[in-house]
Amino acid sequence: MPKRWWLRDLIYLVLFVGVVYGAWIALEYATIYWPAMRYYNRILVIMGINITMAVSLNIINGHAGQFSLGHAGFMAIGAYSAAYLTVTYFGPYVEKMTEGSAQQVVWQNILLLVAIVAGALTSAIAGYIVGLPSLRLRGDYLAIVTLGFGEIIRVLILNIEAIGAARGLTGIPAWANFFWVFFFTGLTILISHRLVSSAVGRAFLAVREDQIAAEAMGVDTTKYKVKAFIIGSCLAGVAGALYAHYTPAYLNPTMFTFIRSFEVVAMVVLGGLGSISGSILSAIVLTFLPEGLRLVKDYIPENAPEMLKRDPRMVIYSIMLIVLMRSRPQGLFGRRELWEFLPRRKDSIAKEGRDKGDSDDKLDRDSGPPVT
Amino acid sequence: MANDALLEAKNVTIRFGGLTAVSDLNLSIRPHELVGLIGPNGAGKTTIFNMLTGVYKPTEGEIIIGGTSTRDMKPYQITSLGVARTFQNIRLFKELTVLDNVKIGGHIHYKYSGTSAVLHTNRFHEAERLAEVEAMKLLEIFGLSSRAENEAKNLPYGDQRRLEIARALAAKPKLLLLDEPAAGLNDSETLALMETIHDIRDRFDIAILLIEHNMELVMGICERIVVLNFGKTIATGTPEEIRSNDAVIEAYLGEPAAEAGL
Repeated sequence: MPKRWWLRDLIYLVLFVGVVYGAWIALEYATIYWPAMRYYNRILVIMGINITMAVSLNIINGHAGQFSLGHAGFMAIGAYSAAYLTVTYFGPYVEKMTEGSAQQVVWQNILLLVAIVAGALTSAIAGYIVGLPSLRLRGDYLAIVTLGFGEIIRVLILNIEAIGAARGLTGIPAWANFFWVFFFTGLTILISHRLVSSAVGRAFLAVREDQIAAEAMGVDTTKYKVKAFIIGSCLAGVAGALYAHYTPAYLNPTMFTFIRSFEVVAMVVLGGLGSISGSILSAIVLTFLPEGLRLVKDYIPENAPEMLKRDPRMVIYSIMLIVLMRSRPQGLFGRRELWEFLPRRKDSIAKEGRDKGDSDDKLDRDSGPPVT
Repeated sequence: MANDALLEAKNVTIRFGGLTAVSDLNLSIRPHELVGLIGPNGAGKTTIFNMLTGVYKPTEGEIIIGGTSTRDMKPYQITSLGVARTFQNIRLFKELTVLDNVKIGGHIHYKYSGTSAVLHTNRFHEAERLAEVEAMKLLEIFGLSSRAENEAKNLPYGDQRRLEIARALAAKPKLLLLDEPAAGLNDSETLALMETIHDIRDRFDIAILLIEHNMELVMGICERIVVLNFGKTIATGTPEEIRSNDAVIEAYLGEPAAEAGL
């Protein structure tokens, strides 16, 4: 029994921060010698934000099984509330300091964190409010409500003059960077992973699998559904706050339409509902794919159809999605994690039985025993 | 007798629209008792289970568990009072491992905050270790420990039935409700199940209320039997009394015999 439970985690934290910081510095230097790197840097940061979004949505959709289609709404709330703070209060405060001084750099990062926390909290409150209808609604109905919620948020923002309305919110200080984005991406993955392998996560999974049985086992299904919504939307708020403060540090309601929500849902479903590593992998793939497909345009022949010549990216992107979903409807990893496909270690009493009687995915879903 | 009863149902009636599914049920279960609940299809047996566990609210009457009225309680709160159940049509968490199924069964006993879970505090480690040890102990009793890491849906049917009982026992109930545990089992499996039910009653010192169609099983192990027909209690007594009760023979045992003769 580890007495000082925090010690090992602290060492990991320091290592993690070191690695992310090192990667950031390396990227910054690379940009100096190779300016095109700026482009890849940006894609990497967007990828980090997408991973955070996908992993946080996976908590709601994959683990707790409550199909939400309003994740862009939570992101928007996080983004706008954090940006509002920095634009009106924090930005002017830091600007008064000496340009480039250590004091300014320190304050800038502290205030960025405060803004992120504020954005996360606002999103969490919104998550609580949206979580409430999910007590009564199931499946498709919940999906429709959350979809509507996302749109309501967007239309609200569109009409609030204080945050720029349709013009968008400008003048946000671009304080977020590769380091902060990946710091929070790591944190999100950690939170999600540790939750799902705990009693809280098991309660989420029980709600997903069978609500009546879960209630009979003493699981307060309502409480855990709301919990999943709060945690998921809180982390989406973090992603939003980071997105708002990353170059070009500009927000517009059109960034948070339901299409954005669908992109995130596509990531989660493609990776496999309930699989954290699946969400991460498909977030990476779906961020890079549209970028990589830009190259394809050069190879389109002259006599190709007009649609292909104009924007081959989206055509290929959609075809790939369809093919993937046709060939692997349960997503890349199904409900498993990446490491579950690797050779197994025997590190617990329970796992020993696994090698003997495991039948894996090969067993057809429907070939199970008859149920009366 | 009323005071030391584990569970007491007083004049419980439930109506769905115009249909009275259960009327005027009086039932009292003492600790360590093995009670059978029998009756033809549609007699209201499962409805009684659903009322006892809070899934349905009785239209009239009251259910008292351990001295507490369950009138305004949700199913998960009733579980905390010490009542666990299995389902007629198995309701396992299919995509989860056998071990996780049992761990969720013990949900009310291993609680800690989400923060504890994320930070991996000592509290988390302690609770998780305890959950695993106790779950494995239960799986061993039911001969499922070698299957701990299998997904529940991949278990053979009989094992799924046993796993459901193990999961219910993980909640450390004082009263276990078994809804047709022998459904779909063959004769030798049923015989083994009879032994298991007797065994867990003594080992865990709990009371068991059992719904069953298999008369052999009910007559063999129950100390007291309640017979229902069309929602009404038509007889209560020891297996011998029930066997010789005219109303029971007519309503329940008589009918299939007459049909068979046609």
